[in-house]
Amino acid sequence: MKFRFWGVRGSIPVPGPKTLRYGGNTTCIEVRGDDGTLIILDGGTGIFPLAQTLLREMPVKANIFITHSHWDHIHGLPFFIPLFIPGNTLRLHGAFNPVSGSGIEQVMGVQLQYSYFPVREAEMKAVIEYETLAIGQTVTVGDCQVTTTLLNHPVIDFGYRIECNGKSLFFTGDHEPYYNIYDPGDEAYAEYQALIEEKQAAVDDSMRGVDALIVDTSYTLEEYPGKVGWGHGYFDASIAMAQRVGAKRLYCTHHEPTRSDDDLEAVFAAVMARHAGQLNGLEVVLAREGLELEF
Amino acid sequence: MQQISAELEKRLGTAVEKMPPFPKSVQRVLELTRDINCRPKDLVEVIEKDPIITIKVLKIINSAYYGLTNKITSINQTVIYLGANTLKNLALSFSTVGILPNKNDAGFDIHHYLVSSLVTAGIVRLLGTQYAPGDADPTDCYVAGLLHDFGKVVFAVCMPEEFSQALALSANEHIPLHKAEKAVIGADHTVVGAMLVKRWQFPEPLVECIAGHHDRTQSSAMGECLHAADLIAERLGYDSNGRVSTERSAVVLAKRFGGDIDAVMAKLGDLSKIIDEAQMFSRSEGT
Repeated sequence: MKFRFWGVRGSIPVPGPKTLRYGGNTTCIEVRGDDGTLIILDGGTGIFPLAQTLLREMPVKANIFITHSHWDHIHGLPFFIPLFIPGNTLRLHGAFNPVSGSGIEQVMGVQLQYSYFPVREAEMKAVIEYETLAIGQTVTVGDCQVTTTLLNHPVIDFGYRIECNGKSLFFTGDHEPYYNIYDPGDEAYAEYQALIEEKQAAVDDSMRGVDALIVDTSYTLEEYPGKVGWGHGYFDASIAMAQRVGAKRLYCTHHEPTRSDDDLEAVFAAVMARHAGQLNGLEVVLAREGLELEF
Repeated sequence: MQQISAELEKRLGTAVEKMPPFPKSVQRVLELTRDINCRPKDLVEVIEKDPIITIKVLKIINSAYYGLTNKITSINQTVIYLGANTLKNLALSFSTVGILPNKNDAGFDIHHYLVSSLVTAGIVRLLGTQYAPGDADPTDCYVAGLLHDFGKVVFAVCMPEEFSQALALSANEHIPLHKAEKAVIGADHTVVGAMLVKRWQFPEPLVECIAGHHDRTQSSAMGECLHAADLIAERLGYDSNGRVSTERSAVVLAKRFGGDIDAVMAKLGDLSKIIDEAQMFSRSEGT
């Protein structure tokens, strides 16, 4: 099993000299099973450079799993070149949207409208299939099993655990650690805290013991109090999560778009210094475009 | 067991989909959703006081789309699962449909219904906490109280003529409303309420509670608390537009609560906080 980052930036693409080392594309991760099965986690702009490499292995059978429908996780999809070539198949998986009442097909439908994109879905040559997934559902794709976990974001967000012949990874998509919406003096505080702990335990179980835990780590500990409720995590929470679930490696991704490479490395160095001697063997890595792990 | 036809079941279910929330909820949801910094707990406070928004939210989270094995019964749980922003947008989408008019063709007093439901909900929660710790979850108790008479609103909106006749029969013959409904419509509000929440895959104990709240065979702790709360609310003047007390009442009260309704009420103490909150919430500005 192996994976490669094609987009590690949160919110909006940020090309330019300040993001050359880590990359400016939005979220996209290529995962390969031992038999070569192609799984793509999210369709941010990183899917465009990935798509160009796939032209060498036609026909393409791409299994795309969308964590959630915010732009930065889907706006590369119409530019997934294999869509325009006959013989290819794209199977798009994701959650049901309770507000619009639509399944995962909506993420293509909204983007392929006349005003926003010149090609209609009916004109695309590849076979496009949709599978809207339930919470906790497992689907088998080639030699991989992919299981959904409902996480915490301002829109429905699925984390995905991928298992392949005893190896595993988990990708959160966008996720904010659960927090109590009540103040400690409120009557409902304790009850809500118990509900959070129950849900947190279930989420932890879904990540338990993975070889690679890829987590939304947008902010620093100092920045987070000003971003509560925005739906993103921060370094210290990601490290704590990885340690709780016994992950072997933690990949911090969804980098804050205004953070330059130098700033990113500086905040990361500060976090690592603060955790020196406390990681108990956990490897913590900043995700960057082109970074690949085979395990 | 009373039965209703599949055709009527479908018709009532569709009607609920289109039913707008209560005036105060709409007003508060619109106010709250204009503020980007709206506090989730303020939103929860509004939603969990509106039976219609509560039903619609629980219907979605418990639907087959999410395939949850553990059913969700509270709005707070929904915040944890769906997130505050999704809940906010759901509430907003329900609220832009309009408001539930206080006047309807059945002559059913919506305002009185809402206050009664809120008072009952508060009392069931209190009873659950005091008399059934470990047997009945206080949150589930609250939702059971809030939704137990939901079938009445469905009747008032969907079958105003028949429901109006049932209300008249109950008043003229001095019989409990659910018996009058059965005589006129063929099924009472417990059957309709339970049928709808069952159809929407609500937790089974809640379905049973709604189905059995006028039934002699009600046996769960939550059901007993609901029945007692219904009687207490009636005694306080919050009868949801229909008499509820029957000859079985004493049996239930003695078994779990160790006394008659006066003794239980005396032990519960001052209920004015529950009543004041219900009154305050049910009134919209200018009414």
